[in-house]
Amino acid sequence: MVVWTDKERAAISDIFSKLDYDDVGQKCLSRCLIVYPWTQRYFGAFGNLYNAEAIMNNPMIAKHGTTVMQSLERALKNMDDIRNTYAELSVLHSEKLRVDPGNFRLLSDCLTIVIAAKMGTAFTPEYQASFQKFLSVVVSALGRQYH
Amino acid sequence: MSLSAKEKVIVKDFFAKVSSRSDEIGAEALARLIVVYPQTKSYFAHWKDLSPNGAPVRKHGITVMGGVYEAVSKIDDLAGGLLTLSELHAFMLRVDPVNFKILSHCILVVLSMMFAEEFTPQIHVAVDKFLALLALALAEKYR
Repeated sequence: MVVWTDKERAAISDIFSKLDYDDVGQKCLSRCLIVYPWTQRYFGAFGNLYNAEAIMNNPMIAKHGTTVMQSLERALKNMDDIRNTYAELSVLHSEKLRVDPGNFRLLSDCLTIVIAAKMGTAFTPEYQASFQKFLSVVVSALGRQYH
Repeated sequence: MSLSAKEKVIVKDFFAKVSSRSDEIGAEALARLIVVYPQTKSYFAHWKDLSPNGAPVRKHGITVMGGVYEAVSKIDDLAGGLLTLSELHAFMLRVDPVNFKILSHCILVVLSMMFAEEFTPQIHVAVDKFLALLALALAEKYR
């Protein structure tokens, strides 16, 4: 069972309250596909990913970024049971999408960096610690149903 | 994985651009390292003050960033250029190389925080590659 301190809950809620999901989602996913190009293997049906400009202007990527952020919000709203909240998503990613779980950490790192850009000095070391803890719980839950 | 000629230029230009704040970058990155990854404090048990904003941590962050800049100047031959630093880390400090990765991540977060406009995805990938190659060069003498 993950234990969250009040400070951690407050930090994570505060961060989410400042996010425009469309903006952050698009930035995070496109950054992941550019910085870690092998992740593009999962987006074969998403059209033009030929170069950084194409990726950053791709509407399907942008839409999917929003989807990812909305899923993260579900984890935020169910912070005390992310494991069960994400059970179906874990099966989806393992059985249907067949995503190597290593990629979840890569996307998490990109999200952290995008949020750091957005929040500047408001993204304190303590905020970073809380947020990365949240993301690691999400990543762990996503990887649970793999066998 | 190696740096293309274009990426070397991107890395050198970007680090030159942010050099006036390199001390701040180093101090902030090391402060984040010990707060976000508390296990890294095990390497600094000999310091009296392990607070992230304390003098020892900030001073050491500046030292580390100096090393990064040295690596930028030797970007054409990292393994050769960083031999002494590698020996230091391998035989004296014996820092587990897994920590190079997490410090690199902290540096990237700080660069993104301080230079949000400039730290585009294209620059991010070049700097990430550079830091990974730097880590490899540092681990050269480990075994």
